[in-house]
Amino acid sequence: MSTMTMIEAIRATLHAEMRRDDRVTVLGQDVGQLGGVFRATADLRDEFGSSRVVDMPLAEAVIAGSALGLAASGMVPVAEIQFLGFTHQGFHQIASQVARYRYRSRGRYPLQLTIRTPFGGGVRTPELHSDALEAQFVQSPGLKVVMPATAYDAKGLLAEAIRDPDPVLFCEPLRGYRMVKGEVPDEDYTVGFGRARTARQGSDVTIVAWSAAVQMALGAADELARQGIDATVLDLRTLVPLDVEGLAEAVAATGRCVVVHEAPLSAGFGAEVVATLQDECFYDLEAPVARVTAPDTPYPLAGIEDQYLPSVQRVVDATIRTVNQV
Amino acid sequence: MGRTVTGVDSSDEGPPGDPHGWLPPDEPVSLLDPDGSYHEDPEHPLDLDDEQLRELYRLMVVTRKVDREAINLQRQGQLGVYASCLGQEAAQVASAYALGADDWIFPSYRELGAALVRQVDAAGLLHLYRGTWLSDHDPYAHNFALMSIPIGTQALHATGFAMGAKLDGASIVTLTYYGDGGTSEGDPHEAMTFAGVNDAPVVFFVQNNQYAISVPLDRQTAAPTLAHKAIGYGMPGLRCDGNDVLGTYAVTRRAVERARRGEGPAFIEAMTYRMEAHTTSDDPTRYRTKEEREEAAKTDPIARMKNFLTARDLYDDELEREIDEQAQELATYVRDGIYDADHGDPMELFEHVYVEPEGHFEDQAAQLRAELDSAGEGS
Repeated sequence: MSTMTMIEAIRATLHAEMRRDDRVTVLGQDVGQLGGVFRATADLRDEFGSSRVVDMPLAEAVIAGSALGLAASGMVPVAEIQFLGFTHQGFHQIASQVARYRYRSRGRYPLQLTIRTPFGGGVRTPELHSDALEAQFVQSPGLKVVMPATAYDAKGLLAEAIRDPDPVLFCEPLRGYRMVKGEVPDEDYTVGFGRARTARQGSDVTIVAWSAAVQMALGAADELARQGIDATVLDLRTLVPLDVEGLAEAVAATGRCVVVHEAPLSAGFGAEVVATLQDECFYDLEAPVARVTAPDTPYPLAGIEDQYLPSVQRVVDATIRTVNQV
Repeated sequence: MGRTVTGVDSSDEGPPGDPHGWLPPDEPVSLLDPDGSYHEDPEHPLDLDDEQLRELYRLMVVTRKVDREAINLQRQGQLGVYASCLGQEAAQVASAYALGADDWIFPSYRELGAALVRQVDAAGLLHLYRGTWLSDHDPYAHNFALMSIPIGTQALHATGFAMGAKLDGASIVTLTYYGDGGTSEGDPHEAMTFAGVNDAPVVFFVQNNQYAISVPLDRQTAAPTLAHKAIGYGMPGLRCDGNDVLGTYAVTRRAVERARRGEGPAFIEAMTYRMEAHTTSDDPTRYRTKEEREEAAKTDPIARMKNFLTARDLYDDELEREIDEQAQELATYVRDGIYDADHGDPMELFEHVYVEPEGHFEDQAAQLRAELDSAGEGS
């Protein structure tokens, strides 16, 4: 067991997976010599060489599209797109090709492929480096969408993603890279997809979140506890597949729910959570499900991002309103 | 491999470091004139025996016949739409024929001729156009990838696949087809950039059929020729008369062998003409004249090869009969295979999306299953 930051856990997992399976190849901008702009791929090239750790030209579509070709040839590519906000430059390859390719081939193409990409606000980045676009990829059937919140899960879910026969979009919280630390077993393990994690057990209300918003929900739960409200925090871990049962159970147990995400409100994944809950446990609900999200505006620059992003205070306020609904 | 500061591979033709060696020739390489007369070109020797020459001709005739049958099937309501390759038979057949058996093809949606070279089931190919299945053939049985609808996307897959094969130690080459319109897309640009940097064994084969639906070449590029673009990616830009099956074969063969030797990718611009509409839904009278089409018809790839074979005593009535019979046989097979073809089990909607689906997925499948069962009971 070691204490690791998320970025350390991701780096260790990439090393381990490349050692475990020589089909695993890492490709992306700056992943070689530099070791990635966040050092997620540091020292990989020294150990595995430049043919398995490929510095790609500055073009997102070639990263996604040639990862598809590599996978079709029998390799197991782990691609890095430097920021989720830049996936639009390769969106047509990810959503229209990578996600659909096995389906188009009626199961004949192997598409064991992972695309890692950081996202999320609060770190004062330039434009389009923070945008939470995860819901757009949820609308791309064939793709799995994975959103780790802890160092333990970063390792277990990434190992699972790399070994999963389906293509996976693995979104890493920028804010958590160095801030989120935790105990990470040294031995090999995976965390299966579609199994939500109870990050905190409470009895009054269930706060549902994923990725960096889980930390925010935990912060809110601490504050709520001081005010006498005992909140469960449920970390969805993966949006595709969604742990429908785990979600419904966790919300039915308290009868009240607040969903938190960094993406804009309208048609965000929170809407899917709410719709699923009214389907699965309508009669267990004692109050309307609340959402704490970013507004339906473009992601602003650093100067006002704190006003844009959901905050601990907003989660606390929304939760109190939800708990007080008769 | 010798590389200079210009990034140009010094082991290739042309003086070391001199990118001018990679510029396309002033005229496309042509071995067969439109009337079928052959001229030697020491740089493009013909390494085909008589049987292979006849085979190229046969493949073109069969392609045209099946292509025609597909158009007829569309007119009869059997296909939703069809994109004809009429006039492009030589470009497709010759380029596919120039590949080794282990090499891979990454086609667009117009590559019937290349598919037939790879012995892909021709009726199966039409399922995409009929709307029954997205694909029918096993890509790994024919080394022929799925036909790709969005323009140029397959160029990236060909490049990644070539990189993977290279990592695996296989000495295969991938060839990807797209058109003059495709050269304006981002994906071929990114693919060529990446392939150039990595000496990936890829041949980018562009059939310049003069139109992207209605938009003519001069609205697509201001480059002197499409082949001139190649040098910007650090690869030779080759050009051939795409209606000359022998010239196209020789130029492609050279590019393929060069790539196989590890000398990197190449770009080929095959000059041809789309004799049919873009697809059966298109009306070309709105953007090109009858006279222009008639002029293009004079450069027909099949007629000139027939003249060539005849002049070499490789063609007679018996061969003609044999080939016509074979073409008719395949056309009939295609008609029988696709006519009123059933969509089969709608539950396949849920297959192959995920290897192990979870979440809402099973409920949605169950709902459709229940609908189908209940409809079955009612009938």
